[in-house]
Amino acid sequence: MMNMAQARPLADARKSPVQKAPAPRPARSISPQVVDIGVQVAVVVVLAGIWEFGARFGALNPFLLPPLSMVLVRIWEDLIAGTVPVDLGLTLYRALTGFAIGAVIGIPVGILMARSAVVRWFFDPLVSIGFPMPKIAFLPIFILWFDIYDTSKIIMVAFSCFFPIVAATYAGCSSLDKWPIWSARCFGAKERELLWEVYLPMAMPQILTGLQVALPVGMITTIVTEMLMGGRGVGGAMIMAGRFADSVGVFAGIVQIILLGFVVVKSVELIRRRILIWHPESRR
Amino acid sequence: MSDVLAGKPDLRRRGPSLSYAVVNTALRFSPLLLLALGWEFLGLSGLVSQQMLPGLGEIFSAFSAMLFGGDLLYNTARSISRAATGLGAAIVIGVAAGLLMASFRTVRLLINPIVQIFYPMPKSALIPVVMIWLGLGDSSKILLIFLGCLLPVVVGTYNGARGVNPFLLWSASSLGASRFEVLREVVLRAAMPDILNGCRTALAFSFILMVSSEFVIATDGVGFMISSLGDGGQYPAMFAAIFFVAGIGFAADRLYAMLSRRLLRWREA
Repeated sequence: MMNMAQARPLADARKSPVQKAPAPRPARSISPQVVDIGVQVAVVVVLAGIWEFGARFGALNPFLLPPLSMVLVRIWEDLIAGTVPVDLGLTLYRALTGFAIGAVIGIPVGILMARSAVVRWFFDPLVSIGFPMPKIAFLPIFILWFDIYDTSKIIMVAFSCFFPIVAATYAGCSSLDKWPIWSARCFGAKERELLWEVYLPMAMPQILTGLQVALPVGMITTIVTEMLMGGRGVGGAMIMAGRFADSVGVFAGIVQIILLGFVVVKSVELIRRRILIWHPESRR
Repeated sequence: MSDVLAGKPDLRRRGPSLSYAVVNTALRFSPLLLLALGWEFLGLSGLVSQQMLPGLGEIFSAFSAMLFGGDLLYNTARSISRAATGLGAAIVIGVAAGLLMASFRTVRLLINPIVQIFYPMPKSALIPVVMIWLGLGDSSKILLIFLGCLLPVVVGTYNGARGVNPFLLWSASSLGASRFEVLREVVLRAAMPDILNGCRTALAFSFILMVSSEFVIATDGVGFMISSLGDGGQYPAMFAAIFFVAGIGFAADRLYAMLSRRLLRWREA
């Protein structure tokens, strides 16, 4: 498949790189990209419509799926009352802080694992066991150790983000092409310069992939910790609404979380494209 | 990153004899022993209270009491059956949806926006929703696990099926295969590595969602067991149950890795 990496199979021949830069020709009809986007937007609009009118006219049970408009009105009211920014902000703060701690510890450990036999000896079994296990099960331990407030939530998030980041960094740093390293050495680069100028840039795509895996995991963990320990935050607000059978509140939380997740994931993709602007993957 | 164990030639070298392999494994996992010693030392030295860090012997005796006299195995079976049902349904439907998305433009246009919207959502947010929909029983957790595992499978299958070498497709159709036969005999197999990768992510998700949904809403299952042991202050048993669940998650991933290596034997590494 390697030699065919350029070819686009199946129904997607339109996007093949050969046709990406076509000779300018008179626009006979609307371009297929526009049709694609139009259809997909239409699908979303139709689904939202089914949700709204199905619930309004009784085809869907309005308790199980309250009409979209009611949910949006609730979000608007909460926005004015000031609870939405507080909840979203707290959730985002916990997720990002935990994620940052996981990254700040995980990336150096991953690099050191690739560079030093002692560090590798120590961390390799921990990472190979910790990577696949369900970290969320350790939550009661962190509650026991650090109480139920922000500390235990953030440490839990950092703990679950740590493993994917270490594994990706280690994998990225231990499979480096040796030619650039040798030539950098030939030009007299010191170890520190090698680290910043050669190792890190070469491992950067994989490190970023690890971060992109870890961030959603961190968000999942944040929501669960909030649901379990209560208090403010989107997860806490949703589980309260659920316990009081306030389905509008639950769906208001879902809509907020979808938006939050979408914004966070898309911004990380943008950041990746910006950091890897020099990398061949950005040319696609 | 598919295999975190890759890339350590010095420790993984195949030895000539069995004893060599045993010594190698022991050396490899010796840091765990070190950690265990540190754990014991911290507990015994009195720097940390026994409540916070029960001794390993205590944890082990609590574990064997739960295993032989208690309800650990029952709760584990309940949890695993939920996770397996949800994950199985997600794999069957997800692979079908991914293949159809890759083969038919209409299907792709219909499903893609839904995937785009729901993929970045932290799936644990659905816990209150399934609670409202299906209550506290089994079905709500199965639905949650199904929904959480579906998208990684769909996306993995779709990417794999789109990356199939078109020469394979062309030669299959020129040999007279129907569209369905091409899908079944060529696309499904060629996309298998990506499908298996997606399923591995889904497997990890199923464990996370299983445990966390049982923390929040449940009347049995390992997550419920852990949280009720914690609430009751039986910390050695709680630690034992947590390590047990973590071990199951680890074992499931190892088993899955072995299985997928078997399924992909035909591939030139």
